[in-house]
Amino acid sequence: MTLSQIDEEVAKLLQLKAQLGGDEGKHVFVLKTAKGTRDYNPKQMAIREKVFNIIISCFKRHGAETIDTPVFELKETLTGKYGEDSKLIYDLKDQGGELLSLRYDLTVPFARYLAMNKITNIKRYHIAKVYRRDNPAMTRGRYREFYQCDFDIAGQYDAMIPDAECLKIVYEILNELDLGDFHIKVNDRRILDGMFAVCGVPDEKFRTICSTVDKLDKMAWEDVKKEMVNEKGLSEDVADRIGEYVSMQGGQDLAERLLQDPKLSQNKQACAGLTDMKLLFSYLELFQVTDKTSSEKVRTTETQVLVASAQKNLLEERLKLTSELWNAGVKAEVLYKKNPKLLSQLQHCEETGIPLVAILGEQELKDGVVKLRNVASREEVRLISDQNH
Amino acid sequence: ISINIYFWYKLQRQVAKLLQLKAQLGGDEGKHVFVLKTAKGTRDYNPKQMAIREKVFNIIISCFKRHGAETIDTPVFELKETLTGKYGEDSKLIYDLKDQGGELLSLRYDLTVPFARYLAMNKITNIKRYHIAKVYRRDNPAMTRGRYREFYQCDFDIAGQYDAMIPDAECLKIVYEILNELDLGDFHIKVNDRRILDGMFAVCGVPDEKFRTICSTVDKLDKMAWEDVKKEMVNEKGLSEDVADRIGEYVSMQGGQDLAERLLQDPKLSQNKQACAGLTDMKLLFSYLELFQVTDKVVFDLSLARGLDYYTGVIYEAILSQTIPAPAEQNGADEAGVSVGSVAGGGRYDGLVGMFDPKGRKVPCVGVSIGIERIFSIMEQKAETSSEKVRTTETQVLVASAQKNLLEERLKLTSELWNAGVKAEVLYKKNPKLLSQLQHCEETGIPLVAILGEQELKDGVVKLRNVASREEVDVPRADLVDEIKKRTL
Repeated sequence: MTLSQIDEEVAKLLQLKAQLGGDEGKHVFVLKTAKGTRDYNPKQMAIREKVFNIIISCFKRHGAETIDTPVFELKETLTGKYGEDSKLIYDLKDQGGELLSLRYDLTVPFARYLAMNKITNIKRYHIAKVYRRDNPAMTRGRYREFYQCDFDIAGQYDAMIPDAECLKIVYEILNELDLGDFHIKVNDRRILDGMFAVCGVPDEKFRTICSTVDKLDKMAWEDVKKEMVNEKGLSEDVADRIGEYVSMQGGQDLAERLLQDPKLSQNKQACAGLTDMKLLFSYLELFQVTDKTSSEKVRTTETQVLVASAQKNLLEERLKLTSELWNAGVKAEVLYKKNPKLLSQLQHCEETGIPLVAILGEQELKDGVVKLRNVASREEVRLISDQNH
Repeated sequence: ISINIYFWYKLQRQVAKLLQLKAQLGGDEGKHVFVLKTAKGTRDYNPKQMAIREKVFNIIISCFKRHGAETIDTPVFELKETLTGKYGEDSKLIYDLKDQGGELLSLRYDLTVPFARYLAMNKITNIKRYHIAKVYRRDNPAMTRGRYREFYQCDFDIAGQYDAMIPDAECLKIVYEILNELDLGDFHIKVNDRRILDGMFAVCGVPDEKFRTICSTVDKLDKMAWEDVKKEMVNEKGLSEDVADRIGEYVSMQGGQDLAERLLQDPKLSQNKQACAGLTDMKLLFSYLELFQVTDKVVFDLSLARGLDYYTGVIYEAILSQTIPAPAEQNGADEAGVSVGSVAGGGRYDGLVGMFDPKGRKVPCVGVSIGIERIFSIMEQKAETSSEKVRTTETQVLVASAQKNLLEERLKLTSELWNAGVKAEVLYKKNPKLLSQLQHCEETGIPLVAILGEQELKDGVVKLRNVASREEVDVPRADLVDEIKKRTL
């Protein structure tokens, strides 16, 4: 072996040693999360909790139950369910047992749960994280671990009532989340299929033309038409006919008009879809929603009062009072310092948004009172100790 | 002819294999073969279990919040390197992800290492945080029957340099509050201190290098009798009988602040610096626990040793007095074996985070892990044996009608109730029978039913019926929301 070869080998070994945490068990710590994943810090968790509370109370208001499923499924369960997207599934290493994969969505687990438990009727919500190995080059900024929040009604019922309730729920949630103005587009697969048929789209092109039409929310009609003609092989006539229909928007009146359309009315599927669309709109009219607004500072804790003291040697008294407050269900904190300065105690309140501070002092203790200060306004009031709540 | 038969059999086998493969790939007309099971060691939570889980989480989380804790969340998998070298022998139980061309990943094994990574990554020196999430361990089912491979851990930790024992006392206060509120019956919390244990072993004559291993033997006192523990110390761990006997005298001691006082007077222990430091802090701890009014359930117990290597100070374990038999459940409190009936455990671990910081910055921590899976099974068993039904929904009223053609009116009223924040349901049937509507209420525990009828609509009232008692009253439409809210407080 040459000297340089030895050097190389030594360098490799040192690198390996560092990775394994060489000297005296000193660990080399990699300070990052996996690509496409992130921690949620307390501020983000506070926002997340707020959003979940609004959404979950809406689901509960509508009588939904919830379930939970494992983060990984048998690989076989997920195989063949996602088409081309299957290559984005995270597999677990074969460690000698069953082959497993991380769930890709909540719908396949839902279907498995229904079948496994022979359930025919359920109204359920499921909020949980799912996993997709998105290629970062193509989808910059997308997470590989992210929440899905699903609501589904399974079961045989009279037409369009559950469908209308789903829309009512979306409406309620978006209103309560106060995200500004929104609108909900509705259509029906049967109307689309019927429309393609009467426009002259060959059966085998239905699905692929569907995904081109879907791009109308991102692309102009000219470009969508170009794709239909140049890439998907439709004639210009057929594309134009589609163009006339897909530009239509309206309410129950549009469904009525289309039921009178000479071509569409001849198509059984389209008629079924349009009739149900009318029914859906009649139910949507019976369901109305009111606006709600709220705006709050984002806090990461819910503490109501800090128990403080201006003078020294009052730790015992502070701890005693804090314990009484906890016992009474009050959200309280006390600094872990025997003799903290009043200023640092007040600063802690301001930094974390605690609205009140209960200040103990020698004189107040003799008088049997506590000074309750509003942190924001600095107004103080002396309260008799046993009425501190 | 024999050659033909041979080929024929081979062909049959090939065809069978191909058919099996085809079935797996979802062969005929896209018909999917559905495997109807969850992975080994994992389970779904059905709505009843979720209702119990929610109740338990609400109690625990409100206690954490009452004490001013924040919460964080971390990804379900970490870089494999992050977890490597942190769990000793247990490392073989880690779930790895397949190498699919990117980073090597593993599912998190606990919430403590991710916590330490989070602190170091964000250069945090002070935080009071709770974290409730699932963790993953490839337990060998032959050895640990009934254990889950995916299970919840519920951790609360206070990180930061503070005046001695105050945060440690708050952790115990929190465990006390939680166990009280969960109403699981009587419990007690054993406390000890690593320094007292180490000092005790030293004065008894245990050689330094045997400290950790003797610790884990002493830890078995909650499951085994002293004679068997002594046998293990002498026969398996190589201690002399004298040394074992000396240990035996100490580990039988239990008490409160008074015991700490007495031991500080003990001629041998008082010569040991570590033991003195631990005992002094134990006295201080008890003085704070008195102010927090929890001393009725806390015991200073010299036999508490806890399995984890990284504790540096106070250690504690909460044990239920009434143990309901359950399968060998895992207690989120500890990797090593814990006694049956144990529902929480923790302690102070000042050296751990420093190990993870590139500059070795020390972040002292004290915390507790609540054995939430154990609590779930206890609550599930209680629910099964109780006459009270566990509801899976919170619906307050079903909007119903006895007559036909009232779907519109039912939908309108239901929408008004939703808009007013009332939890309401309506059947997805144009003309349901009153009986099926009442049955739905009984099956799912809905307490009230609002019945619409032609006459009532003309009179501007709604018949509000109490499902259980069958008492009915006509309520003016405008007062319905208030009436429902009053009755379902």
